[in-house]
Amino acid sequence: MSMAPKDSQPESFLPLAAATFHILMAVAEEDRHGYAIIQDVVARTGGELRLSAGTLYRSIQRMLEQGLIVETRERPAPELDDERRRYYRITPLGSAVAKAETARLAKLVRLARSMGFAPEKA
Amino acid sequence: MRFYRALLHLYPASFRAEYGEEMCAVFARRRTSFVAAFFDVLLNAPAVHWDILGQDLRYTARTLGRARGFTTVAILVLALGIGANTAAFSVTDYVLIRPLPFPAADRLVKVWEELPGYREMELSPANYRDWKRMSSVFEDFEAFVTIPVNLVGEGNPERIESARVTGNLFALLGVQPLVGRPITSADDQNGAPLTAVLSYGLWRGAFGADTGVLGRKVNLDGAPYVVVGIMPPGFRFPNQEVELWVPFQFPEAAFADRNDNYLEGIARLRRGVSLQQARAEMDTIADQLRSQYPKELEHTGALVNAMREELSEQSRLLLLALAGAALCVLLIACTNLANLLLARAMARQKELAVRSALGAGRERLVRQLVTESMVLSLLGGLFGVLLAALALPLLTRLVPSLPVSGVPSIDLRVLGFAGIVTTLTGIGFGTLPALRVSRSADFQGLREGSRSRGGRKVGLRSMLILWEVTLSVVLLISAGLLLRALLSIQSVDPGFRSDGVLTLQTALPMPKYEGTAKRTAFYRRVLSEVQALPGVSDAAYISFLPMTMGGGIWPVDIDGKTLDRSGGHSASLRFVTPGYFATLRIPLHAGRNLSESDAEGRPLVAIVSDSFARRYWTGQNPLGRHFKFAYFDRTVVGVVGDVRVRGLERNSEPQVYLPYQQAGDGYLPFYAPKDLVIRTSANPGLLLPSVWRIVRDADPEQPISNVHTLDEIVQANTAPRFVQVRIIGAFAALALVLAGIGIHGLLSFTVTNRSSEIAMRVALGAQRRDILGIVLRQSVVLAAAGVVLGVALAYVAGRAMQALLAGVTPGDPATFVTAAGLCLLMTAAGSLVPSLRALRVDPIAAIRAE
Repeated sequence: MSMAPKDSQPESFLPLAAATFHILMAVAEEDRHGYAIIQDVVARTGGELRLSAGTLYRSIQRMLEQGLIVETRERPAPELDDERRRYYRITPLGSAVAKAETARLAKLVRLARSMGFAPEKA
Repeated sequence: MRFYRALLHLYPASFRAEYGEEMCAVFARRRTSFVAAFFDVLLNAPAVHWDILGQDLRYTARTLGRARGFTTVAILVLALGIGANTAAFSVTDYVLIRPLPFPAADRLVKVWEELPGYREMELSPANYRDWKRMSSVFEDFEAFVTIPVNLVGEGNPERIESARVTGNLFALLGVQPLVGRPITSADDQNGAPLTAVLSYGLWRGAFGADTGVLGRKVNLDGAPYVVVGIMPPGFRFPNQEVELWVPFQFPEAAFADRNDNYLEGIARLRRGVSLQQARAEMDTIADQLRSQYPKELEHTGALVNAMREELSEQSRLLLLALAGAALCVLLIACTNLANLLLARAMARQKELAVRSALGAGRERLVRQLVTESMVLSLLGGLFGVLLAALALPLLTRLVPSLPVSGVPSIDLRVLGFAGIVTTLTGIGFGTLPALRVSRSADFQGLREGSRSRGGRKVGLRSMLILWEVTLSVVLLISAGLLLRALLSIQSVDPGFRSDGVLTLQTALPMPKYEGTAKRTAFYRRVLSEVQALPGVSDAAYISFLPMTMGGGIWPVDIDGKTLDRSGGHSASLRFVTPGYFATLRIPLHAGRNLSESDAEGRPLVAIVSDSFARRYWTGQNPLGRHFKFAYFDRTVVGVVGDVRVRGLERNSEPQVYLPYQQAGDGYLPFYAPKDLVIRTSANPGLLLPSVWRIVRDADPEQPISNVHTLDEIVQANTAPRFVQVRIIGAFAALALVLAGIGIHGLLSFTVTNRSSEIAMRVALGAQRRDILGIVLRQSVVLAAAGVVLGVALAYVAGRAMQALLAGVTPGDPATFVTAAGLCLLMTAAGSLVPSLRALRVDPIAAIRAE
């Protein structure tokens, strides 16, 4: 019962919510379960962003519906696994959306810099 | 942890089932504080609900878009149900519920005299003065009378409705003029300068919204009145017709006759005084006055009613009947939709089973189905409100004239009501099928060619159909009874011929036309010129046309004895010109007609109606008899047929007709003939310009008003009933069609369901008759049971509205038989297509599909 429109343009998802973008980054390098995503985001942002359980799973549900991620059937080795856990993987659409968001932000930053909005120490 | 688990219940069940365990694990490992967890759930749970709603809505849009036929029928049916109820509510709210637009309106009461045979009798000035003086329960106690006046000198002369009010009436109501001042207690003193307050509408219409009108003199019935105030646009009192208020200055003579009743009393209860206390005190006062004036007030009591409750029993019943019928239609509409949705859900069992197999929980399926029904009912509600707006002008004609501005309209209250009805409808007709279907949405549904195990569902649907048939029978019979009542009233002989008669008023203003000679000259000139017009056969003047004015009732004295008025010894008084009986084709049964020689100074004569002659001189010759009536002794010279003065539905007093020239100078000015009746073979409308010219030539200041044909006046008598029959009839027709659709749906479902059985039987040699039997047995049983139940309920309903039935018995056999017949016809129509389909079942194809 996926609600993903058949021929979604990556641009139609922009701008992404911060949580969504971070989750996409977290599952981009490897399949991760929910708690691992939270830890990954904390590590990558140096503790600046701590996703709450509610925000995480609400985002995951919506991203599943939109087809940005899928639940994967491949499980890690049994000794590392907890069977309650669900693992998520980025889809090609998810990657395309993340790239499009990156491009959008980069363009924005370029524009801001050209207006003299450069940070004190880059 | 238990706390967190409990909090998770704020999320949709499907979400909880999916992620609940993991969220608990995360919560445990992160050692989140309870406050943070609490706010996390509080923020995210609604968002998840919102997400799911969005999905369901998109899904609904797609499924409903695919099933266009179903969607259209469903929205239409709902719009009719909700529209009917919204319209009925807006009228009922306007007339019965909404408070009157005055400050502390709940303390306003009307005060009446109570006489045997007259429930609410106006007050005589003498009784009003005493009641006001003696009572202590009222903050204020005022009186008024509505009376039309001629407004001259502002464009064309105009006849407008005015109210003469005692000085404190505006203060009692608690209203202020838009500009200027209201009428005050200084204005109603004898000899005080005459003042007038204009309605907003009159100020804009006749005075072009000129603020310079304040302080100006206007000519009302020939006398100058100074305009002192203009009321705001919403102000209406005592009804919507009144455009002008002037002070009531009672001449001392007004207090002479305690039985000259014409004032309406209105009072404001003191704070903390209950209606019961007010009634008790007024009863005591009435008793005291009775012992003081035993002869005049022998039977006079006092009546105090809350102003909001002042509404005829008929209006109240009619509105309740309207609301009841609307509710029936809504119930039928909901039933039908529940049925449609149930059938549709059955057909979608496979789809639902697939979704269930893909992991959608039952809660999710129910949610989806209820979202669908809510979307349908919201769309239905939207169109329903539009329909209600279209239907309101018709319904407004049911509304009596109240001291409330404007007409019933679709406002926030009404929209709120429509919203509630819509929501309840959506939940009501959507939830039941959803629950039923989701319970069976399992893997069974997936099996190819699986036979629906529909036994219990058919049972439920049959109950729904039974309910529909019952309700439509109730509505049909109610409509039938009201129609019979209308027909029986229309077949009442009014006592005159109304076809081809033009009527209009030229009310001669009083002091100007106080002299009888002056009036006579006006009548003669107008009548002779009108009679000379081509096509006119007769023309005449009368004080008040039948069915336009129920009053003008006087006690009768026979042989020097005043007969008790409450015993029905009273008669209606009308002054007429000699051509009156010929013009209205009222038959002269004995004696002679009035003539021009029955003039002032000649013996006082009268023509009486059959019932008058019968009452006082049964079996004797009434001609030449004497009776005292309206102050003088009069001789009967003729007897004419009875006329329904008070309209077709009410009993009328016997009638007494006096010659117009014997009205006396300045005596009974109220009875000076003003209604002109013209019998013509031509189109009455074409006559009007010539009549207008004749009146203007006779007196350029004289307005013409109330132009109607006599047919219109008679029809206006039954117009509320017409509207009522049309509305309830429309509801009944609607209900019948809906029930027919319901039966059609049920049988179609049965035929589909049992097609293999039918095929088997055909293959085994069953005849067409047998196949029809299978299909029709069901509908015949349902229809018969529905008719029996409906007849019983309709009898109860009929007894409840007996007051509206004008003598037709609530168990009228013709109505019941007709309704039952119509219902069977509807059953047959609903069964037609499914039966044909059953006959066309191809045994080979059906069996192969198994």
